[in-house]
Formats: sequence, structure tokens, C-alpha cells
Amino acid sequence: MIRTKLEAAWVIARRDFVAVIFSKTFLFFLLGPLFPIVVGGMAGAIGAQVHKDLDKPVIGIALPAPEAARMMEAQRALGDAMPGDVPGFVVLDTPWGGRHYDARAALAGHAEQQLAAVVSGSLARPVLTATPERARMWQGMIALFAARAQSVAPGPLPAVAVDEVATSAAKQQSGQIATAQAGQVLLFLLTMLLAGMVLSNLVEEKANKIIEVLAASIPLDALFLGKLFAMLGVSLVGIAVWGTGWGALVLAGGKALPVMPVPAVGWPMFLALGFLYFAMAYLLLGSLYLAIGGMATTVREVQTLAMPATMLQLMVFFFASFALARPGTWIEAVSLVFPLSSPFAMLARAARDPALWPHGAALAWQVLCVAVMVRLGAHLFRRTVMKSGPARGRRGGLLRRRKAAPSA
Amino acid sequence: MVTDGAAFQGEWPIEAEGLVKRFDGFTAVDGVDIRVPRGAIYGVLGPNGAGKTTTLRMLLGIIDPDAGVRRVLGHERPTDVARRIGYLPEERGLYPAMKASEAIAFLAALRGVPLRQGRKRARELLDEHGLGYAADRQIRQLSKGMAQQVQLLGTLVHQPDLVVLDEPFSGLDALNQGKLERMIRSLADRGTTVLFSTHVIAHAERLCDRVAIIAGGKVPFAGLVDEARDRLRPQVRLETRAGDGPWRRALPADARREGAFWHFALPESGVEPLLRALIEGEAGILSLSIERAGLHDAFVAIAGEAAARALEENTSNPEAGNPETGR
Repeated sequence: MIRTKLEAAWVIARRDFVAVIFSKTFLFFLLGPLFPIVVGGMAGAIGAQVHKDLDKPVIGIALPAPEAARMMEAQRALGDAMPGDVPGFVVLDTPWGGRHYDARAALAGHAEQQLAAVVSGSLARPVLTATPERARMWQGMIALFAARAQSVAPGPLPAVAVDEVATSAAKQQSGQIATAQAGQVLLFLLTMLLAGMVLSNLVEEKANKIIEVLAASIPLDALFLGKLFAMLGVSLVGIAVWGTGWGALVLAGGKALPVMPVPAVGWPMFLALGFLYFAMAYLLLGSLYLAIGGMATTVREVQTLAMPATMLQLMVFFFASFALARPGTWIEAVSLVFPLSSPFAMLARAARDPALWPHGAALAWQVLCVAVMVRLGAHLFRRTVMKSGPARGRRGGLLRRRKAAPSA
Repeated sequence: MVTDGAAFQGEWPIEAEGLVKRFDGFTAVDGVDIRVPRGAIYGVLGPNGAGKTTTLRMLLGIIDPDAGVRRVLGHERPTDVARRIGYLPEERGLYPAMKASEAIAFLAALRGVPLRQGRKRARELLDEHGLGYAADRQIRQLSKGMAQQVQLLGTLVHQPDLVVLDEPFSGLDALNQGKLERMIRSLADRGTTVLFSTHVIAHAERLCDRVAIIAGGKVPFAGLVDEARDRLRPQVRLETRAGDGPWRRALPADARREGAFWHFALPESGVEPLLRALIEGEAGILSLSIERAGLHDAFVAIAGEAAARALEENTSNPEAGNPETGR
């Protein structure tokens, strides 16, 4: 019986795989990831340029003339040694004889200079007037510059000898978390790309009215399984094309492949697990979507179903990401066990924990869940889809009309 | 062709007893009993919405009955013997982008025929039925009738023991209907059991050995076609010279006049007393013919009675199921 089912699943998978691969839509599927990358890249570049062009805050200095000069000198001396962007200084006023300078008025009236803060008072007791965020950000820096400016004979900054190490415990841990996050994001994006295709997978059979022949010829779980594996095959072709394209681009650009921190299980095992967890994530979500999409009869209905399905995917992804930051808690435990989030959570675990046996257990659990979901989906499909025959407006003269008549 | 078991040797490829199917509280099929003998051409007759398709779907295992038992090719789970069954559903459908030969090979593969063998057989079948020129055309490029023929060939490609056809004649022109009738006969000649549903009685009358009449989800009649016809008395067609006279008293009360002819069922007393009464009553008989009732008349009578009974039951027990409301 199992052999018969697998043979039937193979027939369906072969038909679907060939039909998709040789369709024009597959080309769009392959180009799919290009659009967000191009649009994202353009938006990022434009945003960065706008930020660069417009967001150049300056700090106004309103100190007595000698102190203002020393403050400017301190900014020049220390600015380059400080991390991040140090805002420019501009002397607004040099009040003398205890005259009060209205910093608030200056901040309100110097829009053209992008005046973000004003330092007034004196070097000994500087007053920083700014919005709370900027005040918190620059308070230490102004104190440092004021201290340097007060120094009678400031010496040069001492040279610091650097002794670099390859890694540290802290860096390794944060790096592995980064790898885990990257793995989860990649897994999410790949499954996301497939969701729409799986949702609409059975619509073709319904639209072409071949579903009844299929249901009469083969077990419905074989039909589901065949369709899932066909789409998995399609996605693997897609991944191979995207991977090759990405590699070619990187090599053509003369750059080495981007280096990610080494995951806890090592790269070969991580990649193998990544492949398996991708397959599991896809099969789990796919079987669910196939069952949901199987209830739709038109493309419009599929489109209506697509939004909640995408939301579900996002929620699963967010949950797995949330759990990543909470190792050892019940949240992580739930994310590891809950079938839909399990592949995401386990891939993240592979990046942070070298133990391999949990992956064997998790994969077995996920396979079991796939089998159950395929079976449930097929059962639901049989119950809902084969319920009625062709629509008839009116029964023949011998019998009365029946609303929503089940088949003839 | 398919080798997952020997050909069915039992007497009844299809046996069903008390099949019941309800949809959302509405009883679509209500206790159907059917027994189809091996090698027979068996018609399931019924008006639209009678429960024919639901019955066929239950027999094929596409849906499960809520009650009753079925045995198809000796198996209680029809899906276990799906590879030995050919099924043409009422709503025909194939993948439009597939070539005709590929579509047949695909249907064969679904029934366990290896792809290469299926392709070879598909071409042979297409050639055999004069469609060889369309083998490499996509389904979407074929006419509706041709696509339907391709699907029918796909139903038969694996040489099944049992062929189930749901309204196979719908959508076909007169020529293709004749062709299909010949195909069905040749299947039966080869020992294949054919079960088909139709609401066009003429096809059943020409083809079937036995029929089941379904009306309102029930089977008021199942048996030989002759038995169905014998349910009605022979029909008399009488033409007289005299328009009226004492001879009119010899006609039954429900005799109806159509043009120059009187039509009525032969009285139980037989033809001789009738003739005597007509002659003595000076009817001036111009012509008189006695014909056995056709299946159409039998069908109308049987299905009509069943419908009336169902209506009566529903009126006396509205909770039992109301086709009008679906409850």
C-alpha cells in the first residue's frame, strides 16, 4: 500500500515539477528575489544619501571668547579619535561679563544651520541645551572636550599599541547569534517565496476539473505528498539558480564570499541541517497551505487566503526570532517543539549549540508532524471538496428543487 | 495491463447495499442497493439531482458512505482496486498544456502503468480511434469533443476490469455518441463490466442489459431492462374512422387522443375483448398496434411514482429532509 502511494505521489510530483519548471511563471519565480533586493538596495542608497545630505547636526558654542577658542581646539584634537560621527562645532556667541545667552531661542531660530545643541555657561560648568536623546548622546563627549579645553598644556594623545585576537568568548557568542539570525531569515525568505505557489497549487486541478479523476485514481494523501515534493523540487532548483547567481556575482565583483561567524556545529553540518530544516519548514507550512488552499476554488479565493497565510508565516518567524534571544526559557522550549516554528528554532540552535542529537530528535518529530498534517489535509480536502457535483440550477421536473444540490 | 492482481473472476464486480450519503443534513442518497454482474453494461438512470453521481462516487471510494456497505471487484475499499477501474467523471478535465498522448499516458500512470508503456499505448489508442494526428497537440488546442474522447481513452488505457462513466454522452454530438456506444459495446464484448449513468434513456435502452433507476436518492427499480418495461402494460395505438360511438366505452378512462390516434395501456382483459368491443361498437378500425412499453415510459412511471412517494414522505415528516431547503 505504501509502495502504491509512493508511486502515485511520484506520478503527481513528476507532472507538477515538469509543468512548473517549463512554465513562464517559473522565470518570474526565479526573478522574484531580485525585485526586493533591487528595490531594497535603491531605497537604502537613496535613504543613506538623503540622510547624509540632510542630517548634519552642529553644536553651537556660546562661551566667552577664550573658552570658545579652546573648545573648538579640543574638538579638532579629539574629534578624529572618537568613534562615530562627531558633530561640527560653530561659535554662536562669546558672551562676557556674566551675560546670559538664550540657548533655547538659538535652537529655535537656527534651522538653516541644523543647530542641534548649544553649549553655554563656562568650561568649568558647561550647560548643554538639546533634546533629551541628543543630550544623553553628547553629554559625555562635551564633558570630555571641556576637560581637554580646560587643560593648561594639553599633550598629544598617546599612541595605543594594538594586540588583535581572532575571537573572544563574547564575540563568538554574538557571532553565532548573528549566524543563527541569518539562518532564520534565509529560511523564512525561502519558505515565504513558496507560500503563494503552494496555496494556489490545487486550484489548477479544480479549475481543470481533473481533481475527481485524481481522487478516484490515487489516495489523496499521495496527491498531497506528490504536490509538496514537486514544489520542494522546484524550490531546490530555484535555490540552486539563486545560489549560483549570487556566487557568480560575488566572484565577478572580485570579492571573497562574505564571512559569517562559524556556527557551533561547524559549517558543513550547519549547511546540511539548514537544507533539512528548510525542507521540513517548507513541508510543514506547505502541507498546511495545501490544505487551506485546497478549499479555495478560484484564484481570487486564493488571493484572499494569501494574506492570513503570510501573517501566519510572519508570526511563526517572529516567534522563533523572539525565542532565539531567550535561550533556556520555556519560550525557547515551545518554539523548538511547536511544529511550524521548530525548523527555525532548531536551525538557530545549530548555530549556538554543538550537540547533534537534538537535531535527530527534532527532524523525526517534524517528519511525524508532516505525515500527520498531510493526512489531515487530505482528509479535510476529501470532506470538503468532493461534497458536491456540478452546479445545477434546477432539478428535473420529477423532483423538487434542492438548494445547493449535492451532485446528481 | 495492470498487474496488481488477477482479473476479477467473481460474479458481481459491484455490490452495494443500503448506501446512504448525507450532506449538511440533506440526504442525497438514501439506501441505494445495486448489484452489477460481471461483463454487463449497467445503466444508472435518474433525473438531474437524483443522486447518481454521489452513488458512483461512493462506489469508487471518492467519498465514503455514511451507512451501507459496498464491494467493488471483491474489495470493500474501492481505492484498493483503483488501478483496475476506469472512471470518466461527469465534469471532464485534463491539464490544458499537456499533449493529448501525454495526457493519456499521465492517466495511465495514475493507474500504475509505467510511463513509457503508457505513452506507447496512448499513441496506439489515438491511432486506433482516428485521433493519431492530434497526439502531439495540446489539450487546449483540441475541440471539446476531441478532448472528451482523449479523456475517455485515458479512462480505458490501462484496460480496466470495471469502467464507470458518469453521463458519458453529455457534450458529444450525435456522431460521437454513436461512436461511444460502439466503444461501450466492444468493452462489454471483451468482458469488461461497464457502469454508466445517464438521464437520456435512449442510450440506456440501446446499450444496457440492466438498469437501476434512482430518484430522490432511492432506487425504486433495479433489474433487467425488460423487467422495467414489463412494469407497464403494453401500449395500444388505435386509429378509427368513427369519431364517436358506443365503441368509446371500450377505451380505458385514461386513454388520450393525439391527432388521429388514441393511446392507452392495453386493458388487463387482453386484446381480444378489446377488439370485439371496438368492432361491435362500430369504431371502424383503420389501424391498431400494440407495442411493448419503452424504457422511457417505464422510467417516467417508476421515477415519477418514487418522486411522488418522496414528496408524500416529506410532507408527512418535514424533519426527514427537505430538498428545497437542503435541511
